[in-house]
Amino acid sequence: MPQPDLVTTDPIATASGGKTRGLLRWLRRRFGTNDNKELFYRHRLPVRLTHWINALCILFLIGSGLNIFNAHPRLYWGKYGADAEAPFFSLDAVDQDSGTQGVTQIGRWHINTTGFLGWSKDGGEYVARGWPNWLTIPSTQDLADARHWHFLFAWILVLNGLIYLCWSLLSRHLGKDILPTRSDIRAIPHSIIEHIRLRHPTGDAAKRYNPLQRLAYLGIILLISLMVLTGLTMSPAFNAIFPWLLDVFGGRQSARSIHFLCAFSIVLFVVVHLIEVVLAGPINEIRSMLTGIYVVPKDHES
Amino acid sequence: MSIGIVTRRAAILAGFGAAGTLIWNVNNITSSSSFTHVYQTVEEWTRISQRALLRTGGGLAPEYAEADISPTFKANGTFDPGGDEYKAHVAQNFVNWRLTIDGLVDHPLSLSLADLRKLPSRTQITKHDCVEGWTAIGKWTGVQLGLLLKAAGLAPNARYAIFHCADNLDGEPAKGGEQSPGQYYESIDLIDAFHPQTLIAYNLNGKPLAVGNGAPLRLRVERQLGYKQAKYLQRIEITDSFKHVAGGLGGYWEDRGYEWYAGI
Repeated sequence: MPQPDLVTTDPIATASGGKTRGLLRWLRRRFGTNDNKELFYRHRLPVRLTHWINALCILFLIGSGLNIFNAHPRLYWGKYGADAEAPFFSLDAVDQDSGTQGVTQIGRWHINTTGFLGWSKDGGEYVARGWPNWLTIPSTQDLADARHWHFLFAWILVLNGLIYLCWSLLSRHLGKDILPTRSDIRAIPHSIIEHIRLRHPTGDAAKRYNPLQRLAYLGIILLISLMVLTGLTMSPAFNAIFPWLLDVFGGRQSARSIHFLCAFSIVLFVVVHLIEVVLAGPINEIRSMLTGIYVVPKDHES
Repeated sequence: MSIGIVTRRAAILAGFGAAGTLIWNVNNITSSSSFTHVYQTVEEWTRISQRALLRTGGGLAPEYAEADISPTFKANGTFDPGGDEYKAHVAQNFVNWRLTIDGLVDHPLSLSLADLRKLPSRTQITKHDCVEGWTAIGKWTGVQLGLLLKAAGLAPNARYAIFHCADNLDGEPAKGGEQSPGQYYESIDLIDAFHPQTLIAYNLNGKPLAVGNGAPLRLRVERQLGYKQAKYLQRIEITDSFKHVAGGLGGYWEDRGYEWYAGI
């Protein structure tokens, strides 16, 4: 029986020495089937820790954010916007001859979303609320408490994000692993085709983020940064600290709308991210984000 | 080595167990008293960090051009305080309305609208950001609160200005469900009280305040949210604490779970 080949090409893995080698040995004993599995130290501890803290923050921020949105379920463009102005997006309860309906309005489109958006059941009764109770934190419509959760996790998100960004710059994680190289950019069309065919990189190619992964992770860093900036732009005190942020985003109501559109984009990212985890092998992928160790998928020809 | 792995596994399980417990019980945690301590701490971080940053710059809320003014300035909260007394004031065009400034001051003041209009005024076009999410831009004219407080002369232990209003907004239960007095009130500290943009406003967009917008007098604290901009002002009480008023948390909405420091 040939011994599994242990490769720790990652400089951090080699540098951190005994501990990682011990973990690799243990994983080999625990999961090894002696079929030449190549184990690779893929995610370093700061990445894993900040990833899970970030995930929890995003869950709470989206849930509490939807509850906050319900206090005025309309989005406007520009410096001001209230009841007298026309929203480009709204989730309203509208009285019709046939009874109240939940109406989702996007520009000139009006869609009946009774039971889900605008008019849904809460505590057995239908009530006017933008997003339904099963999507919001807390479940009950409560602006004060939703704001408490929102700002608690906003602080954690910002501190966690700063730790991640500082570490990523110092360890060159950002430059080496995330920023797409010239050849990554050239390989984008190929990478798109591979993703559509649900084929994932194998062998040495699986030890680095592929071109679309790099774009996606860079994108989520930018989206979260935009989220924090537009969030701060909604703060009247922050407007007195950095008034130019209002001009950058085109006014407070525009900033609020961008905040919402970024949140929507982050939800899309999470959905695609989770689908990719499942397609690429959920056990291996989740384990690699927990322990750092990744079983490198074998090349097709081997 | 195996100890290292066991503790690592225990740490991962503990982390996910804690996160799962938090998510599963989020509604119960929201109404627990320990969560109150958590969010009050968060409010303190926000206040301290925003105040520190405000000291580094000019610290003025942005002011806008005439063209930016909202065609309609949305009224919210109380639309009309009602009651015989207030109705009589409306009928008399508020000629007998008085604003008193008392408490920890050397010279308590009682001012009519005519007195206030004779004083030096400030006009500013600012945005009003409601905690609910909407924004209205309006042109306010009024007397700087700092000027009035200097005239009244503050005692050394003065810390807060409490604004007592003519409107009663009962119906909204206080935090925890019990009904507390619905008389509207607000409070700010002396940093905001002496800020140059903090006004006792009598005009909106060049006209005397409409009833829905707080006639005859309204507070403007431009670096905080809409619920701090108390309407229908009758009395400014200078104190060293706001614990003795209503629910004790410094304002009508504060007593109902909202932050006292409404800078975000």
